[in-house]
Amino acid sequence: MLETLATTWLSLPDYARSTAWILVITVVLIVCVALLTLWERKVIGWMQLRRGPNRVRLFGLLPGVGQPFADVIKLLVKEVIIPTNSSKFLFRLAPIVALVPAFAAWAVIPLSPTVVVSKADAGLLYLLSLTSMGVYGVIVAGWAANSKYAFLGAMRSAAQMLAYEIAMGFALVGVLMATGSMNLGTIVRTQEGGLLSWNWFWLFPLLMVYFISGVAETNRAPFDVAEGESEIVAGFHVEYSGIAFALFFLAEYANMILISTLTAVFFFGGWEGPLQGYAWLGLGDTFLGQPSFLWLFLKVFCLVFLFLWFRATFPRYRYDQIMRLGWKALIPVTLVWIGVEMLLAVYRIGPWSRAWYH
Amino acid sequence: MLIEALFYVFGALLIAAALGVITARNPVYSALALVMCFISSAAIWLLLEAEFLAVVLVLVYVGAVMVLFLFVVMMLDVNLAELRQGFTRFAWLGWLTALAVIVEIVGVVWARGGLGIDAGRGATPTAPTYSNTLELGRVLYTRYAYPFELAAMLLLVAIVAAIALTMRRRAGLKQQDIRAQVAVRRADRLRIVKMDAEKRP
Repeated sequence: MLETLATTWLSLPDYARSTAWILVITVVLIVCVALLTLWERKVIGWMQLRRGPNRVRLFGLLPGVGQPFADVIKLLVKEVIIPTNSSKFLFRLAPIVALVPAFAAWAVIPLSPTVVVSKADAGLLYLLSLTSMGVYGVIVAGWAANSKYAFLGAMRSAAQMLAYEIAMGFALVGVLMATGSMNLGTIVRTQEGGLLSWNWFWLFPLLMVYFISGVAETNRAPFDVAEGESEIVAGFHVEYSGIAFALFFLAEYANMILISTLTAVFFFGGWEGPLQGYAWLGLGDTFLGQPSFLWLFLKVFCLVFLFLWFRATFPRYRYDQIMRLGWKALIPVTLVWIGVEMLLAVYRIGPWSRAWYH
Repeated sequence: MLIEALFYVFGALLIAAALGVITARNPVYSALALVMCFISSAAIWLLLEAEFLAVVLVLVYVGAVMVLFLFVVMMLDVNLAELRQGFTRFAWLGWLTALAVIVEIVGVVWARGGLGIDAGRGATPTAPTYSNTLELGRVLYTRYAYPFELAAMLLLVAIVAAIALTMRRRAGLKQQDIRAQVAVRRADRLRIVKMDAEKRP
């Protein structure tokens, strides 16, 4: 039975298999987002000595598991109010513009040694361009709503994204130098060889810069001045209600998962296992010594947890301090570290002692 | 077949968006139509197997330049009536420029014997192992290393000039010294006074 399934699967044409994977990834991602909202509320609840959502049960499982689904149904049946004097077309378009890049980016991400929708050679550039397009959803939403608060949020978000994108791009230049490829599968494969051969060890400052910029790019606390509910109500999505608001929510959480996955791929070896390459442990064939999707999942889970932890812990940055951090702290750090990497490459240390760098 | 169909789809989108840029009444719509232009031309470049150029077009123009552009257009209080007055008055200038550009492009292609372009054939297919990014990088860092670095220097000079032109320090401007703020210790701000408890009179 399984064998026939496997052979049928392999005999399918490429585009059919790609389409199937796209569908699977999209659906799984949406479910992950739903569960992530619950997980976030639970985790923050525990950190603040509360219980978090604990009313809606699903099939008599743990209390609270049904909460995200109840929320979705609630948002679906609510009215989507379109403000008068707003730009109707752009107002409807904005949530979609915010959502599309968050999902499209998954096309080039290698999920396991064999599963990737597109083995694009310029995968890293593709990702950079898509993450930079996410800002359009915010800007267009803020402008189209014809509301001062929304507009202020959009302007803040645009300036912030521009600042942090540069730091992010430079951090990725460092990754590119250490792995010698823009293909994400190759980037993961060059990091093979256990915990200490992953990029985080030699590129630690870049990891920090990348992750901080990632938090800022997704407009998450402590960089969520685009929403800033104490100053500008809810920022760019203040006029959105019902499912249109839910789409922004979906995009934000999908982006969180995306940034975590990218950090795992670029700096923590993607699907590579942490104990690979240590032959003396004798784990060669067991699960612990093999690359698999579960390692990637574990890494992403830990990194997403960091996002929630930040939100529960840090107070919001002041706007001028955000700009200062982006332009005057993160960008110089990346520039200096790229210089250090040049030295490391000259003396063949760390990633540059590997075979690809002859 | 599929590629041809896609080409016509994106070509039509490109033309529609380009018309949108010049006919939209609101400058914000114009800017967004321009974004659409960039995206459709990137798609056409992808069809020509120039994936590096396509992605960089989106990255640089859509991701950075147009965001700034939109930022400015939204911030500025553009007087729409005044803008529209000029449309017919300066239309001849626009037509003239368009004509000149067309003549130049056609002239170059025609004068150089078509440049080996065969419009009916599309892009020459490359081997699956061929990497556009790799090849471009190889050429840029070997054969065209000096022009490449000169261009980089030019950009740097432009950045420095832009900052030098726009930066102005007013005398007596009050600013926060963040380094001083961060370096503050408790002893600088707080004095704990020890005193005996006093009886209520």
